[in-house]
Amino acid sequence: MSDVMAPMAGARSEGLISIEALPPQGQISLRCEVSDDYRAKLGELLGLGIPEPLSAVEEGDRALLWMAHDELLLLLPYDAVPEMLARLNTTFEGWFIAITDVSDARAQFRLSGPHLRDVLSKVTPADISPDAFTPGMVRRSRLAQVAAGYWLRSASEAQVFVFRSVADYAFQVLSLAAGPGGEVHHHTREAISEQDASSHV
Amino acid sequence: MLILHCPCCGVDAAEIELAPGGEAHLKREGPGSSDAALETYLFTRDNPRGVVLERWRHAYGCGKWFLAARDSVTMEVYGTYAAQTHAPPQEIVDRITARHPGWAEAL
Amino acid sequence: MSTRLATGGRFTDRGKQIGFTFNGRRFTGFEGDTLASALLAGDQLLVGRSFKYHRPRGIVASGAEEPNALVGLGQGARFEPDQRATTTELFDGLVAESQNHWPSLAFDVGEINAKLARFLPAGFYYKTFLWPRSFWKYVYEPVIRQSAGLGKAPHPEVRDADRYEHFHAHTDVLIVGGGVAGLQAARNAAHAGVQVLLMEQAAHWGGRAPVDGGTIEELAPEAWVAQTVAELEAMDNVRLRLRCMGAGVYDHGYALGYERVTDHRPGAQGPRHRLWRIRAKQIVSATGAIERPLSFAGNDVPGVMLASAVRDYVVNYGVAPGDRTVVVTNNDDAYRTAILLKQSGLDVPAILDARPMGGGALMQEARDLGIRVEPARGISKVLGGARVTGVAICDQAGGGSMLEEIACDAVAMSGGWSPVVHLWSHCGGKLTWDADGAFFRPDPSRAPTGADGKPFVIAAGSANGHLGLQEALACADGAGKAAIEAMGCGFEESPVPKAESTAEAPLLPVWLMPQGARADLRMKAFLDYQNDVKVSDVQLAAREGYESVEHAKRYTTLGMATDQGKLSNINGLAILSDALGAPIPQTGTTTSRPPYTPISFGAIAGEARDAVFQPLRRTPMQDWHEANNAAWEIVGQWRRPYCYPRPGESRHAAVNREISATRESLGLLDASTLGKILVKGPDAGRFLDMMYTNMMSTLPVGKCRYGLMCNENGFLMDDGVVVRLSEDSWLCHTTSGGADHVHAHMEDWLQCEWWDWKVYTANLTEQYAQIAVVGPNARKLLEKLGGMDVSKEAMPFMTWADGRLADTPVRVYRISFSGELSYEIAVPANRGRAFWGKLLEAGAEWNITPYGTEALHVMRAEKGFIMIGDESDGTVIPQDLGLHWAISKKKEDFLGKRAQQRPDMARDGRWQLVGLETLDGSVLPDGAYAIAAGKNANGQRNTQGRVTSTYFSPTLNKGIAMGLVEHGPDRMGEVLSFTAETQDETRDELTTVEAKIVSPVFFDPKGEKQDV
Repeated sequence: MSDVMAPMAGARSEGLISIEALPPQGQISLRCEVSDDYRAKLGELLGLGIPEPLSAVEEGDRALLWMAHDELLLLLPYDAVPEMLARLNTTFEGWFIAITDVSDARAQFRLSGPHLRDVLSKVTPADISPDAFTPGMVRRSRLAQVAAGYWLRSASEAQVFVFRSVADYAFQVLSLAAGPGGEVHHHTREAISEQDASSHV
Repeated sequence: MLILHCPCCGVDAAEIELAPGGEAHLKREGPGSSDAALETYLFTRDNPRGVVLERWRHAYGCGKWFLAARDSVTMEVYGTYAAQTHAPPQEIVDRITARHPGWAEAL
Repeated sequence: MSTRLATGGRFTDRGKQIGFTFNGRRFTGFEGDTLASALLAGDQLLVGRSFKYHRPRGIVASGAEEPNALVGLGQGARFEPDQRATTTELFDGLVAESQNHWPSLAFDVGEINAKLARFLPAGFYYKTFLWPRSFWKYVYEPVIRQSAGLGKAPHPEVRDADRYEHFHAHTDVLIVGGGVAGLQAARNAAHAGVQVLLMEQAAHWGGRAPVDGGTIEELAPEAWVAQTVAELEAMDNVRLRLRCMGAGVYDHGYALGYERVTDHRPGAQGPRHRLWRIRAKQIVSATGAIERPLSFAGNDVPGVMLASAVRDYVVNYGVAPGDRTVVVTNNDDAYRTAILLKQSGLDVPAILDARPMGGGALMQEARDLGIRVEPARGISKVLGGARVTGVAICDQAGGGSMLEEIACDAVAMSGGWSPVVHLWSHCGGKLTWDADGAFFRPDPSRAPTGADGKPFVIAAGSANGHLGLQEALACADGAGKAAIEAMGCGFEESPVPKAESTAEAPLLPVWLMPQGARADLRMKAFLDYQNDVKVSDVQLAAREGYESVEHAKRYTTLGMATDQGKLSNINGLAILSDALGAPIPQTGTTTSRPPYTPISFGAIAGEARDAVFQPLRRTPMQDWHEANNAAWEIVGQWRRPYCYPRPGESRHAAVNREISATRESLGLLDASTLGKILVKGPDAGRFLDMMYTNMMSTLPVGKCRYGLMCNENGFLMDDGVVVRLSEDSWLCHTTSGGADHVHAHMEDWLQCEWWDWKVYTANLTEQYAQIAVVGPNARKLLEKLGGMDVSKEAMPFMTWADGRLADTPVRVYRISFSGELSYEIAVPANRGRAFWGKLLEAGAEWNITPYGTEALHVMRAEKGFIMIGDESDGTVIPQDLGLHWAISKKKEDFLGKRAQQRPDMARDGRWQLVGLETLDGSVLPDGAYAIAAGKNANGQRNTQGRVTSTYFSPTLNKGIAMGLVEHGPDRMGEVLSFTAETQDETRDELTTVEAKIVSPVFFDPKGEKQDV
């Protein structure tokens, strides 16, 4: 495994939130119709439900993310990819589907901390408010100037993915957004700073 | 800064998530077409002051193309619809016609 | 003089002294002061010089509408020009300097302009500098550059020390303005349960009401504000932001907020400014109203201020702008200032009320305090230069004959109030003339409309023209409820808070004081302080035919720049309409543009500066390139190694070394940036036949084919090697810059034209690191690594194979862009860096040499291979490049085929690709044109070709070039003259270079080296 190096491997920054570049992550792109027959076959093979639009389903170390109406992204351990590819190819032999290994194409980051939504709102125009973006949802949008995907895994943790070539950019932008003194208290109000409180009226 | 509803993924997308693609419902002219038809296809655009039917791609989102019926003056959006059509759906035509009587006939 | 009173100051904490400097002089203020209030407390009336005449100017206002008190703030990396003293919160160590003066604020040479004022009328620049032309460069421009402009830009080498950020917020209701109207609207919206974001530009809630008095629900306004803010703060669906200005309103409920996060505590951690990018379903504009100046001679002398501002300084900061203040007004509100001053123990020698009968209850109250009230009177002119020493009073009805001189050191003026309609207007909201208030207010029947075609901005309170406390609250109450209704939500019926304030008598519109002011008075009566526009200027513009209000604005500069009509708009319009003999509503009004007041460039840029100014894409081997001294070539957002110079080696020498090493032994190229797009499905072959000019459907599995992609205009768009992976899948290589574009292009045709074709694409560009192993020893290297058969027999030229090399899963393509034996190896990107290392290590015995893009370019040019963007430029068709062999004649259709049949594409005499060799072996200049006989219709020399690529070839030891030449392929051996610019210390001239037309394939024309 020493030959395998995920983008920004080991990078970590601590600020308003923790930002951590994840180790290599197995990723398989499935482009196909998400119709009943495909659903049934996929569900059986993966042991996972098929996610609703703009969401993900998760089971152990696997997850299936809805990327578009004809595109799903399967996350699994990096080493499990070759076997899974073989099984998928066998199962869908003769079907109209594109199964591609994209494990190395994207960088994955784990973002966590109570200021998560505020930090995300600094870099994406997507509505990140608790009403609009609930745990389990997936949203593809921008991260400052690049394309990114956001998978909200809990109220205070998100997995963010970008193309690997811009991993460094994304990490730097996120780290800046989480820089000290940048609390906004928009999505989470509890900690209105003393500075603000003293200036009321 | 428009917001257009992407009919493909259901997201209300800000303009900075979108890429514009110009006039919708152009008819492709390939080999065998007349010079005049080719010219119309490649270059002649209405660019009206008022109702426009446009192509947009949810470039930073689901990546899909869709079509939008919009007013270029008031920015009112009459609706967005699938790119896999040759004309806007009736409900959008009705909404446009309510604002611009006779619009459909003038097409 | 202007002083700090013994008591008072809602905002100031007298226990906390703050030191600061203005023009190097030390001052002290209190915590809670603004720079303006602290300057006034220190009797610093003069704060700057005006833009055009360099007249001494003082503080006029107390908020965002201040036109004069713009100062240079901070030093070094934190210096910023044009900062408004009235909205700058004081902090310890603040350093400010005045602007537009030379050599000093007190003595200014430019003041001579004021003496020349009658030679500097409206449109002066347009009129004067037309002639003679040569005067521009040597006379006018240097003088104008010296004297024009407001403030000084920071030094270009200075880097802003602060950071900035954006914040995207989505809310149901955005309320701009935290005065009593905004608070009441927020309250109603909040109780309906929707998300509310309330922004206030100042550091305090409540707006003017706590200063202006009255009661709300039997509470002093200040107490009601505190109670309401507490109520809102306790609600989970409400967000309150102080120091956050509503800067602009745009289409579809988009609004910008400008939050000044740390301006008041410099050096604090965190961003200095935050730009709020807001999407709101409804926007309530509760932005208040701004008092208007009166137009009388000398209304710009320091010490002349808005009556409401005088009140603000007394109440909010405990500062009196003068000991003896004359109040001049056309309405009742200014009496509040007189009464307050009197009650604060200050002298009010007179109230001059332009109304024939004076005012109502407030006038009586003033008289009862013993203040002299003079109805039907106005100011003829203000006495004093650098500060007010008195006023000459006159009949408002006359021409300005002085009746009496009254000594004073301040003048508080009020011409009535104008609603702040800026946010309403930004996105198309129209205005209507309110004759009673003599102002424009939002016309609710012509509101800005959103995506659903329905209004999305609601004006509330005095911003909607409801100036009285009760009226403002009632209006705001309705606005909050209307916002809820517009969203289809219900609300609880609740009573409007009951307010009481002294009733006011009607105002009398006064646009000029006195009404028939003589010319000499009109020339000193300023409408726009910031742009130095006087009554006489607008009248002149009207006489000269600038009848449209928009034209008059641009001709005179009235209401331009940061003012955006805040103080000047109505007064200017009124003068214009009077000059035109048309009523004000018919004269119309100009449109205010965002931002409401200037916002910093830093806020606009957000985080996009320095290392993250733009995304820089990195290949898996980027670290190695950086560590090995790569010189960079910019390719889109990639930075590719141009070459790898060794210590002491020039770039040119490095490129030559890399080429020679590759041609003689072994080179290595990071080709990861090449686009790689998978195209798969039962209709993939048919689809690719449309995408490419070549026939791709017939490419056998296991083979590679070079393909050309054209757009529907027929022009060459991209090229690359297409690989048949399996019966139903192909991998398309694109240019480095073209991957995203080509992928989008394919998806466009699949989704929008041939949506019934069964094809999927996947952009796999970033999945693979791709490395070209190039040179006569390439095969030996791969054999040494071991793991798969790479022999000529097993893997002939233009084939590919999957396998393993050095224990790494690889896909190997036998393709060549250099003319050498070459393998392009794709490995999973995570393994790219390790595999690159293995190649370097194993290749050492063959002097393996990583090469950059320049070596790649030279080697491909030696072989006559085209490069998209060099040989093509969006007007070149493949036929121009001699690529007929790559254009299928069997296919009925492909993108661009029809367009290539157009007469101009098919005509004889298009410029076509050839090789070019200078007679003296030198390198032709890039882009040079080949000269032809005669001149064209424009008198320019005719041309017959141009250079598209040109290099020094170390292989051939001479300059080689490619170019497009008229009938080029038929003119082999002919010599052309190319233009060249010779530029050194002694010369800058056009010369010519002679070059011979040759075959574009300079090296190994039979291709023997690559096919071994």
